[in-house]
Amino acid sequence: MAKAELMDYDLAIEMYEPVLGFEVHVELNTRTKMFSDAPNFFGGEPNTNITPVDLGLPGSLPVVNEQAIKYSISLGLALGCSIAPSSRFARKNYFYPDLAKNYQISQFDEPIAFDGNVEVELDDGRVFQVSIERAHMEEDAGKLTHVGGSTGRIQGAEYSLVDYNRAGIPLVEIVTNMIHGAERDAPELAKAYVSTIRDIVRSLGISDARMERGNLRCDANISLSPRGSGILGTRTETKNVNSLRSVERTIRYEIQRQAAILAKGGTIIQETRHWHEDTGVTSAGRPKSDADDYRYFPEPDLLPVEPSDALIAELRAALPESPLLMRRRLKADWGFGDTDFQSVVNAGLLVELVDTVAAGASPQAARKWWMGEISRTANDRGLEAASLVTPAQVAALVSMVDSGELTDSLARQVLEGVIAGEGTPAEVVAARGLAVVSDDGALIAAIDAALASQPDVLAKIRDGKVQAAGAVIGSVMKAMKGQADAARVRELVLVRASEQ
Amino acid sequence: MITTEQVAHLANLARIALTPQEIDKLAGELGIIVDAIAKVSEVAGADVPATSHPIPLTNVFRPDVPGETLTAAQALAGAPEHDGSRFKVSAILGEEQ
Amino acid sequence: MTLTRLSAETLAARLAAKEVSSVEVTQAHLDRIAAVDGDIHAFLHISTSALATAADVDARRLDGERLSPLAGVPIAIKDVLCTIDMPSTAGSRILEGWVPPYDATVVRKLRAAHLVPLGKTNMDEFAMGSSTEHSAYGPTHNPWDLERIPGGSGGGSAAAVAAFESPLALGSDTGGPIRQPAAVTGSVGVKPTYGGVSRYGAIALASSLDQVGPVTRSVVDAAMLHDVIGGHDPRDSTSLRDPWPSFTDAARAGRDSRSLAGVRVGVVKELNGDGFQAGVRSRFAESLEIMAAAGAEIVEVSAPNFEYAIAAYYLILPAEASSNLAKFDSVRFGMRVNPVGGGTVEEVMAATREAGFGDEVKRRIILGTYALSAGYYDAYYGSAQKVRTLIQRDFDAAFEKVDVLVSPAAPTTAFKLGEKLNDPLAMYLNDITTIPANLAGVPGMGLPMGLAPEDGLPTGLQVMAPARQDARLYSFGGAFEALLEDKWGHTLLSQAPSLEPTEMNAARGGAV
Repeated sequence: MAKAELMDYDLAIEMYEPVLGFEVHVELNTRTKMFSDAPNFFGGEPNTNITPVDLGLPGSLPVVNEQAIKYSISLGLALGCSIAPSSRFARKNYFYPDLAKNYQISQFDEPIAFDGNVEVELDDGRVFQVSIERAHMEEDAGKLTHVGGSTGRIQGAEYSLVDYNRAGIPLVEIVTNMIHGAERDAPELAKAYVSTIRDIVRSLGISDARMERGNLRCDANISLSPRGSGILGTRTETKNVNSLRSVERTIRYEIQRQAAILAKGGTIIQETRHWHEDTGVTSAGRPKSDADDYRYFPEPDLLPVEPSDALIAELRAALPESPLLMRRRLKADWGFGDTDFQSVVNAGLLVELVDTVAAGASPQAARKWWMGEISRTANDRGLEAASLVTPAQVAALVSMVDSGELTDSLARQVLEGVIAGEGTPAEVVAARGLAVVSDDGALIAAIDAALASQPDVLAKIRDGKVQAAGAVIGSVMKAMKGQADAARVRELVLVRASEQ
Repeated sequence: MITTEQVAHLANLARIALTPQEIDKLAGELGIIVDAIAKVSEVAGADVPATSHPIPLTNVFRPDVPGETLTAAQALAGAPEHDGSRFKVSAILGEEQ
Repeated sequence: MTLTRLSAETLAARLAAKEVSSVEVTQAHLDRIAAVDGDIHAFLHISTSALATAADVDARRLDGERLSPLAGVPIAIKDVLCTIDMPSTAGSRILEGWVPPYDATVVRKLRAAHLVPLGKTNMDEFAMGSSTEHSAYGPTHNPWDLERIPGGSGGGSAAAVAAFESPLALGSDTGGPIRQPAAVTGSVGVKPTYGGVSRYGAIALASSLDQVGPVTRSVVDAAMLHDVIGGHDPRDSTSLRDPWPSFTDAARAGRDSRSLAGVRVGVVKELNGDGFQAGVRSRFAESLEIMAAAGAEIVEVSAPNFEYAIAAYYLILPAEASSNLAKFDSVRFGMRVNPVGGGTVEEVMAATREAGFGDEVKRRIILGTYALSAGYYDAYYGSAQKVRTLIQRDFDAAFEKVDVLVSPAAPTTAFKLGEKLNDPLAMYLNDITTIPANLAGVPGMGLPMGLAPEDGLPTGLQVMAPARQDARLYSFGGAFEALLEDKWGHTLLSQAPSLEPTEMNAARGGAV
């Protein structure tokens, strides 16, 4: 696709005020689907995880999953929303082959939760208020695979294949009001907002919230308002933004793209755009038009949802502390400085750290691994750190280092194996034979050989020049292929030198 | 009064490839029908609540317990075309929702 | 008397007494179908396993298994209901040959009670119509006069029962398709309270109006079948959890007492006026006299908003149907039509729906799409839902004064095939008597009230009760039916012309 012209970011912000809006879809991790008793599980053999309801077979009828209602209310409460005394499902009618009934059961003018507010913390600790318009329940669609053509994309495909295993998985869509005032921090705010939503749903335990798996999906709306004009610009809606980093990049890109068009006197087309992770650009999708007449009407097969005050009170009482408060508490508990703590937050790895510490690691060690080796690997591969390893695996690794079973450099190799899917740290150690050589006999043999081949070094050590031992330690470690504890080798070198 | 353009637009929304003759005929018929049924708005004042379900019920839920699923063979048995265990459709040439 | 002339109640008793086997009963009905269905065309499909099912019931009975009252009695099933062993087409070309991977809940209940499904009955395509002329598989003919319509949409079920092809049938009723066909074929049809019978597996026309119910030749038979199919279904959110009394007991009590003493009967002024055929009005007047003589108090009541019922109905039904029928898109089931030279999936869907749907279905889908579309919703669908509230209020007010409401079940006797086919509005107006009950969800029954003097064709009485008071319909209907038959000295259907055996499509394997 043709590269769009981009305006310099600073200039764009000087000329226009960015106005943001987000629609975040959260997949709930209930046991069954929203309206059918098929297991809530996407993957595996296509079209095996479905009932007549998910396939939209004639005569089938939806029935609401009670747990999904409770999760949605909890989420609404955590977003500071009011819970509707009466909410209702509606049909959104449009034809698309991934939509089994050719309508989606969603909520329209009577969502379950509305009028909320989320505090979003930026990298520098400033707290931004994001106002939530609504959170409503709906069902996911099936999965299309486009076959033929060169790219596997929809353009140029010869035909498409449909798997309805995902159809009917419960979603909550969180819609913000228009966000003004983010100014040049708009991309950062976007990322922080999505990260905050992710932290909230994870703390509630209602979603796995893995963006790379589509558990959490973000559609980002953005428009530019010419400075001083008071006029709202035309907005675009960018879909398919499936990592925190992409959220940030998308907003930045769209600001630059739209600014370039506006500055030339052009107009922004109200349209859906798609983010391309590989090339870092957005491309035009379908323009919004009259064709978007969804003909919403109340779903006649379902009844209004009217949660009792008692249920709402019960769910409110069970809410975990808010992520912002939790962060303040954790920072104190862990004894991290501002910079150290904020870097973890900014990396979106707070939950990973909490879980790693809960699994037994020290906060410092947990931070070191997540922010160090794991993040580096994730960056190299363009993936989320959390998708590479689990907190339990990191805690196990830390524990092996603490006990002396692994050195730091061995631990890095073990981590590499774990990331490669070779198993748990213990399994990788066993399979790759990476444990530290703690058999002194083997070490002493290697040390004696090294001392014998470097008589000058031996003489220096005996003369009290202890730092000369470094050369011997180096060659011993080399002989042991790194699988020795260097501190222990040093001790033994000094002992053996004095005994010769 | 319903125009042929309106009928054509509705047919597109409803994904029915009506012929021009059908569109003409329907425009006439629907005009008459709509005139006859438009009187619903005469009596329905703002103070009258809407009734969506004849028998009012609320909070009808299902416990979150998995049940039986269809096999791929059952799911695909009625399909006009499939490839492996997925349904096969012509190129979309649009975009994903 | 031949087995096919017996009521389900009598057949059930003979089966229970082991005087006759289910295989014999089933064979008799299959023979009757073979003899007359070429003319009637009540069936779209004849089950190949009916005799095996019957033999299984007989074996269970011989084994001493405790069976439900209707075990071994044959039944015809409207093609709108999903059956795992027979095609379920809802009378539409778009579903030709489609065999669902599941049974509708009511079908499951029939099987659990060991009734014997004979086959699937003809209907207007997706139940859109009042004459069964809109079936993609050709019209059904009225056993009283083969040139006339059997009512609709469930004309196949009514005709099958009236032509003695089956003692029992299941119908579905959205705006009268159980009660109106009953009226014009001289049979009994009941639309239960909305939610009284599960809709799961009934191919939806208008979700908030549809209801499955019995079609039979007597009130007690209808009650016995209602007892089998009724009750809560967790797969239908709109299904009621109410405990239901025995409708069979209610119907029998009415029949045995032959008394309507103290019953306040409301005559709906708005449902007995202009446009009603003279013979329908005279039979209705005569019915009121019979009720009064049996002790009923006849009260005229007014339901001023019924005037708007048809308008509201013809907005709500098409709107819901336009959405319910969107799933017929050639992707997961049903026919697929590829445009010449191929096409995008959108073009394939549009070509399939153009070819697969009949004119009436397309007309209503377009109307419903219009009623829901941006800018029209409030004026049309929204207003129609408000009219629904007004009609419910009319019913509430009426039922404060009376126990049941009565009206003719249809304004005329059966009209000729083709007579109203090109005048959709006239066809729609034919549902005027039955639609209010669907909009309000209240139960209604259609049952014979005699032949119209001018054409010798059946007329029907409609009885309506408050929501959840289905039992009242059965006790009232049981009494009224008995009073009429005492007067006549026979049942109405015994007067129907005996049909000449003819070549029969289904028997030749020509069934769909």
